[in-house]
Amino acid sequence: MMTKQIGDTLIRTVDLVKEFEISGGDFFGRNKPRVHATSNVNIQINKGETYALVGESGCGKSTLGRLMLKLIEPTSGHVEFEGININELPSEEMREIRKKMQIIFQDPYASLNPRMNVYDIIAEPLVTHHVCKTKDETKERVKELMERVGIRPEFINRYPHQFSGGQRQRIGIARALALQPQLIICDEPVSALDVSIQSQILNLLHDLQEEFNLTYLFISHDLSVVRYISDRVCVMFLGKVCEIGNTEDIFGNPLHPYTKFLIDAVPKPDPFLRKENKQLLHGDIPSPVNPPTGCRFHTRCPYAKDICSEIEPEMKNVDNKQVACHLI
Amino acid sequence: MEDIKVTDNETVEQLRQDYENMQAEIADTDGIMDKIKAMIKNNKLATISLIVILIFCFCAIFAPVVAPHDPTLQDYDNVRAHPSRDHILGTDELGRDVFSRIIYGARISLVIGIVPTTISMVIGTILGLMAGFMGKKVDFVIMRLADIMLAFPSLLLAMVVMYTLGASLINIFIALSVVNWAGTARVVRSQTLALKEKEFVEAAESIGVKKSVIMLRHILPNCLPSLIVLFTMDIPGSILSESSLSFLGIGAQPPASSWGLMVVNGKQWLFSEPWVAIAPGVAILILVLAFNFLGDGLRDAIDPYMKE
Repeated sequence: MMTKQIGDTLIRTVDLVKEFEISGGDFFGRNKPRVHATSNVNIQINKGETYALVGESGCGKSTLGRLMLKLIEPTSGHVEFEGININELPSEEMREIRKKMQIIFQDPYASLNPRMNVYDIIAEPLVTHHVCKTKDETKERVKELMERVGIRPEFINRYPHQFSGGQRQRIGIARALALQPQLIICDEPVSALDVSIQSQILNLLHDLQEEFNLTYLFISHDLSVVRYISDRVCVMFLGKVCEIGNTEDIFGNPLHPYTKFLIDAVPKPDPFLRKENKQLLHGDIPSPVNPPTGCRFHTRCPYAKDICSEIEPEMKNVDNKQVACHLI
Repeated sequence: MEDIKVTDNETVEQLRQDYENMQAEIADTDGIMDKIKAMIKNNKLATISLIVILIFCFCAIFAPVVAPHDPTLQDYDNVRAHPSRDHILGTDELGRDVFSRIIYGARISLVIGIVPTTISMVIGTILGLMAGFMGKKVDFVIMRLADIMLAFPSLLLAMVVMYTLGASLINIFIALSVVNWAGTARVVRSQTLALKEKEFVEAAESIGVKKSVIMLRHILPNCLPSLIVLFTMDIPGSILSESSLSFLGIGAQPPASSWGLMVVNGKQWLFSEPWVAIAPGVAILILVLAFNFLGDGLRDAIDPYMKE
């Protein structure tokens, strides 16, 4: 069934750091506390693969996705798309690159303008980049796209509120597909949907990938979904990458303690497979304003040693995987 | 994890979608004219208001035909006469026919109501959008300007403008526009700030849509409901401000009549000959209410959420 062709690097991040200033600081607005959303993230995504980004809420997954699309500017580091540093591109050339990367959002209710009908929503990328010459041509293309994602083309004049959540997400996918991009960043595309509709959307994404040779960055906290759809997985904790590897390796033989806990925490449908005393993580996620020194996971890690709180672990290549942990 | 594919659910979902489609087809509309037609069909209050406003406009435009008397003709034998067959709403302190003066006054009051409000709405909307969307520095400058405007008593500001420029219709427009834009700008700015965090704006950015287009296509249409309500609320405000200016002698100049001026002139006989002040007052009331109801109706008709 796997007919995917995994090619060269499509996009990669180089020491990507994003810190958000939050309110506080002294009277003159200096020394404002900063939220460390991502810290020195180095990942690379190859053409044609589905690259999953997992981690608990607030670990910087979505921030990383938006950094890669240059929707926000990094504090330091940069993003390379097909070898081009997009953070140094002038805005005109960036518009050309934007054609090649698109995003699908989590909330299908907030991601479509309530005052635009389906035609306007899906045609917007086509009109913006002058893809079609005439209005009729645009309309034909929009209808084609609607049909491809499974929405009846007769609904072209409908407004988003006349559709269900799953249908809206399909409209969002059609908008992302309109320019025939290479990379689609899926920011939790199914977490707001019913389970039955989740599988439909996942299957649609899967089919579209084969048809158009798409590359996905799949941001999710739902590990069963990730296991189903992705080729490679990157686990993040508090803005740092813990472990990167092929899906089977990560799920079959997780090395980083955090990955282990994450996979252990997935509820098992079969009661006989459930462990009697499942080990769960305790305590809260540390504040991203004052991240712990050394390994950021050491405050919650049951295996932590002295070195963990002192020195930040480097990325190591172990068993086909990259892991950042002193104990490996 | 192949078991996520559940085929049975897809047929159920298909049925559900078909049902939703049927439901949606009933509410299927497209152009803005269709929406106004639907409003006329469904909303009686708004329709009546629209008719009332149109009647006022008709009377104002064809005043010489509609009015039974010359509004400036003074008849000293008939000073402050009771309403009669000849003078439906009586006469004022100079024996002029109140009804005719109301009809001629509609010209000034309608124009004063609509023109400065429109100008201030346009200015306020543009500045509000810019303040909300173009970053902190632009925001700071525009909003402090608005604060300065709002810090003055608006009537005082209008008076200053009128005294400096002299009393004329165009100067009233300028005075009232200068006074009113700040409120609109504040509302539009706060809406813009909320809207620009929405994901559909982010989606447009990721597509590469230019900022100016995002402002016009994504943010402005979503501000429209509040703008319509503000518009219909500012029109009465303008009409009343003009009355105040007229009262102070720097608004409409006699012998021209405006409703505000008529109320002011008639108030001294409010107990003995009440029609002189009450008739134009009721005219103001009816017009102001009509604009308010029409505004509500329009807001509901244009807002896609409000159906059912």
